[in-house]
Amino acid sequence: MGNITLKQVTKHFGETVVIPPLDLSIEDGEFVVFVGPSGCGKSTLLRLIAGLEDVTSGLVEIDGADATTLPPAKRKLAMVFQSYALYPHMSVRKNIAFPLKMADMDPAEITRKVEGAASVLNLTDYMERRPGQLSGGQRQRVAIGRAIVREPEAFLFDEPLSNLDAALRVNMRLEITELHQSLKTTMIYVTHDQVEAMTMADKIVVLQAGNIEQVGSPMELYHKPANVFVGGFIGSPKMNIITGPEAEKLGSHTIGIRPEHTMVSKEQGTWKGKVGVSEHLGSDTFLRVHVEGMDLFTVRAEGDVDLHHGDEVYLTPVMDRLHRFDKDGLAVR
Amino acid sequence: MATAHSKTAARFMISPAVVLLLAWMIVPLAMTIYFSFLRYSLMSPGEETFAGWDNYRYFLTDPAFFSAFTNTIVLVVGVLLITVVLGIALANLLDQPMWGQGIVRILVIAPFFVMPTVSALVWKNMFMDPVNGLFAHAAKALGLQPFEFLTHAPLASIIMIVSWQWLPFATLILLTAMQSLDQEQLEAAEMDGASWWRRFFYIVLPHLSRAITVVVLIQTIFLLSVFAEILVTTNGGPGTASTNITYLVYAQSLLQFDVGGGSAGGIVAVILANIVAIFLMRMIGKNLEA
Ligand SMILES: Nc1ncnc2c1ncn2[C@@H]1O[C@H](COP(=O)(O)OP(=O)(O)OP(=O)(O)O)[C@@H](O)[C@H]1O
Ligand SMILES: [Mg+2]
Repeated sequence: MGNITLKQVTKHFGETVVIPPLDLSIEDGEFVVFVGPSGCGKSTLLRLIAGLEDVTSGLVEIDGADATTLPPAKRKLAMVFQSYALYPHMSVRKNIAFPLKMADMDPAEITRKVEGAASVLNLTDYMERRPGQLSGGQRQRVAIGRAIVREPEAFLFDEPLSNLDAALRVNMRLEITELHQSLKTTMIYVTHDQVEAMTMADKIVVLQAGNIEQVGSPMELYHKPANVFVGGFIGSPKMNIITGPEAEKLGSHTIGIRPEHTMVSKEQGTWKGKVGVSEHLGSDTFLRVHVEGMDLFTVRAEGDVDLHHGDEVYLTPVMDRLHRFDKDGLAVR
Repeated sequence: MATAHSKTAARFMISPAVVLLLAWMIVPLAMTIYFSFLRYSLMSPGEETFAGWDNYRYFLTDPAFFSAFTNTIVLVVGVLLITVVLGIALANLLDQPMWGQGIVRILVIAPFFVMPTVSALVWKNMFMDPVNGLFAHAAKALGLQPFEFLTHAPLASIIMIVSWQWLPFATLILLTAMQSLDQEQLEAAEMDGASWWRRFFYIVLPHLSRAITVVVLIQTIFLLSVFAEILVTTNGGPGTASTNITYLVYAQSLLQFDVGGGSAGGIVAVILANIVAIFLMRMIGKNLEA
């Protein structure tokens, strides 16, 4: 069982309020991703759950029992740190065995579990190496191995992939998702990469300045962002935000329109503009279009579209895909 | 940097320094070796004659040599033990966030800036003196007989004085090492269920091993030649109870006016120091490799 509930949790560092009162509940077996810009309090929130920081006020419940003052070791949670925090003077084997050894488990049992974790994570060939002699991806796997041998109630990941190169990141993303599907243990995953959030999560928690902006499944957040911030944060490239007279014409204070929901034409359309930078990715082309009275407008076009810098284009939004927001930035439905 | 050309240039550039250092070392060493084979007394200068191995034979068979040898070992090992153990403890304390950290750290470093003669005299006269010393006063206040440190436990007293001087050095090196420990490792260990003591044993101590090695190596070099502290407190006595090899060499050549015997002792000391150095490097030098 690994459900975690935060009730009116706050965290202050001296005078600075990092987490204003916050409620959140995480169900057993869920893959929850915390996303948000740098410095918004994702790590702090994770560390509050882990018990590495004390809450200033509020309650943390794990498994329905109050865990607010429980020390980290007693919470039955395992954490994978951004820096991996492997023990540099111990071999891979000893690193993975460390939590079991600290639990004074029977040596034969330890060996069995460590071998098991190592074969799941393809680490069998590196067991006698030190962390310093491993590649980034291998270190990452050792850190995960050290977490899974404990069979925790929940896993906490703090930006575990941010030190890896792009290809490896995609790989590890799949491996972690697969791990979640086979273990079915609760996982809480912190990232500022919205692609990771969209692809891995059952539930995304979008944070800004310690506040929860929206909680929901990836598709909910994509289709029904609760406010301008979430609209702009989820989706890549970013949603175009239009304000002023052009937005008034469409009947709202602020209009959000995604690049993929805008049609491009050389002949006719709602807005006329000039192509600035065009990014040809092969499958798609992203055009940055300068439209009079608006910020730079991003649109997605076909991969082989024949448009280049300086060309004149017409843009037409798909009307039933518009996101309307009021003057406080909240979605109007 | 690693081309053949740059290596040649580098060798050429450092050669003056190497030559100078070599001369600096070789000349006194050669003269000491030369003197050690002479019958050379300051009482009758100008009458030196060749003595063969006599000086060495006298020095090594002198019963004082054996006790000086053990005293040196006890002194070095004792001070190393005390400074490393207390140094780790102090570094741990100073690493905790506390009020007035800056001042406390400076205070801890302070003894290192006091000259050995001065600190030894302060200890001798203000603390250990059986009549006026603070320890004597404390003993009397408790109704006990004052303990005559320098008479009844001369070597232990000197170990204490020298430890007091070297503790700041050990603390400082160990503290910087402690501060370079990645906090996330400790947090990871904490989440893995390691108690404070086990975190110290499995994470902190291995992390400190290199710093401990540095402390042991550097201190050993200096502790083998402790002299001023002995000169101003016990004069090596009572008997030879607090004489180390350095002090014995001094006593031989300047108190007994026997330059030849003193030189032979000096050479013996050099050889012993080198044996210790090789031994240490073999034992703990591997900790220094990255
Ligand atoms: N020990 C601390 N003392 C004071 N302020 C802190 C402390 N730790 C974090 N903060 C502040 O709390 C805020 C949130 O920090 P946190 O590390 O949780 O951000 P984050 O969302 O994880 O950012 P990133 O994506 O860059 O890792 C930041 O503004 C930071 O300056
Ligand atoms: Mg962070």
